Amino acid sequence: MSEYNQHIQLSDESVGKQTTTLNLGPTHPATHGVFENILEIDGEKVLSAKQTVGYIHRAFEKIAERRPYYQVTPLTDRLNYCSAPINNMGWHMTIEKLLGLKLPKRVEYMRVLIMELARISDHLICNSVVAVDTGALTGFTYVFQWRELIYEIYEEICGSRLTTNMGRVGGFERNFSDVAWQKIDKFIEGFPKVMKEFEALLTRNRIFMDRCIGAGPISAERALNYGFTGPNLRAAGVDYDVRVAEPYSSYEDFDFKVPTGTTGDVYDRYLVRNMEIWESLNIVKQAVEKIKQIESNDPAQKDVFYAPESDKYHFPPKEDVYTKMEALIYHFKMVMGEIAVPPGEVYHAVEGANGEVGYYLISDGGRCAYRLHFRRPCFIYYQAFPEMIKDGLLSDAIIALSSLNVIAGELDA
Amino acid sequence: MALTNEIVKNRLNEKFGDQLTGWEEPYGMLTCTMPAGLNRQVLQFLNEDEQLRFRFLTDLTGVHYPDRKGEELCVVYHLHNMVDGIRLRLKTYVPVEKPDVFTVTELYSAANWMERETYDFFGVNFVGHPDLRRILNVDEMDYFPMRKEYPLEDQTRADKDDEMFGRGGTVV
Repeated sequence: MSEYNQHIQLSDESVGKQTTTLNLGPTHPATHGVFENILEIDGEKVLSAKQTVGYIHRAFEKIAERRPYYQVTPLTDRLNYCSAPINNMGWHMTIEKLLGLKLPKRVEYMRVLIMELARISDHLICNSVVAVDTGALTGFTYVFQWRELIYEIYEEICGSRLTTNMGRVGGFERNFSDVAWQKIDKFIEGFPKVMKEFEALLTRNRIFMDRCIGAGPISAERALNYGFTGPNLRAAGVDYDVRVAEPYSSYEDFDFKVPTGTTGDVYDRYLVRNMEIWESLNIVKQAVEKIKQIESNDPAQKDVFYAPESDKYHFPPKEDVYTKMEALIYHFKMVMGEIAVPPGEVYHAVEGANGEVGYYLISDGGRCAYRLHFRRPCFIYYQAFPEMIKDGLLSDAIIALSSLNVIAGELDA
Repeated sequence: MALTNEIVKNRLNEKFGDQLTGWEEPYGMLTCTMPAGLNRQVLQFLNEDEQLRFRFLTDLTGVHYPDRKGEELCVVYHLHNMVDGIRLRLKTYVPVEKPDVFTVTELYSAANWMERETYDFFGVNFVGHPDLRRILNVDEMDYFPMRKEYPLEDQTRADKDDEMFGRGGTVV
């Protein structure tokens, strides 16, 4: 009636068709980010989806061509901002690979510790948001207190919470404080109880299971063809994990399982993430143990938080900058980006929280990258979304999107 | 028998002879260059061959080299054999006036958006692509922003010199 009153002319095509066009996004409370999908629905059934991406494209690859290497780290924060430290460390490791730097074991274990905490916080968000989209808000509020503690640990280590800019080439900018270690201990001690409660709330919950099982499935073959990596690929039954396939940062020293699913539906993805949280917690514990072991064997190791041969790439302590000539020179050269980097091309991959995060760096020996390309797992697997939700219900499409853990910042670079 | 870079190289040489050039192994990853018209054939062979099994397309992107006449644009493929845990990098160079490369979307569904992204930023024309449109930039854009002739800094500023970035003079 309102069309008639306001003299709105609908096209014949729109009046004649039997299906409904629905704009899901770009901004919608259930999409958790800027994702636009134009769905064609028949009642509740999704017939097709047309995706538009790029709403928050910020040209990181172009910007990276004019920034010295250390200034690229804050850009990597803003890719997958739910687990920024993994991106930071991946980028540092790429430069270390280019330079051929070897890190002391203690530093590598500290990195592993932080990366696994980041993975836990990322998976917590994803799984609790799946629960929210199925109508269970309680789990979300339970686990977010503990995600908050992880953020406090970041804050204690690098001073910021979400976009961390953590670590430097060759290690960390400063040693972990005592408070940081205490908070890590508090996390290891208190988190399992909460996680068990979270699982008790959802995993065998009849309503949750009925909503998730069979929603948004993908077969292993299609998932590989679509370039899936990370938990989403493992939920489809392929046990590919960069931490195992090409260990970096001494992951080969750790003992952990790679959980896999079978059907690749929302429920399997949820289970795989939950199991990975337990494995990550296990790795965090092992890392703390290993660091303690190193320190008890050689107390001098307590002060090692960056590679000694990375002096040229690592900011000297502030008091040295003010009192020693050489430290001042290095500090200045580093800030100006005048540190020589060899020409070469390098690809380095780390296991991000939602897949293989790759850095393809071409250096021409200049002050900044000649070309830097981020392999962003979200961008690659999000294109499978229409295929996954086709012929399913609209409500399944919503939880499929949240269980894929598509992060808008990573999607749009 | 575990697959090694040596075996991959020999197998490819056997099949394609001296059409594949520029063999290198920077940081352990086997790299080679293939002629522009041959890219789909090479990737199909790598995908279907029972020994090589490079069935995962990790990454596809472009690079612009303004100084290389006749081969300004480079398309880089990163392939992965997950069974043997071995990676391979393939490059193909095309002139900027006629940047035609065959699409590999039939082999890898993942290539769809990656090729659109490469088209969006570098203007590489993927022949046979089902839907070659811009993806991250606005549809109305009439240039390819990742090419080197579009420097990031404001060209009218005299206080900023590209010499500061280690490449001397102005960016071409």
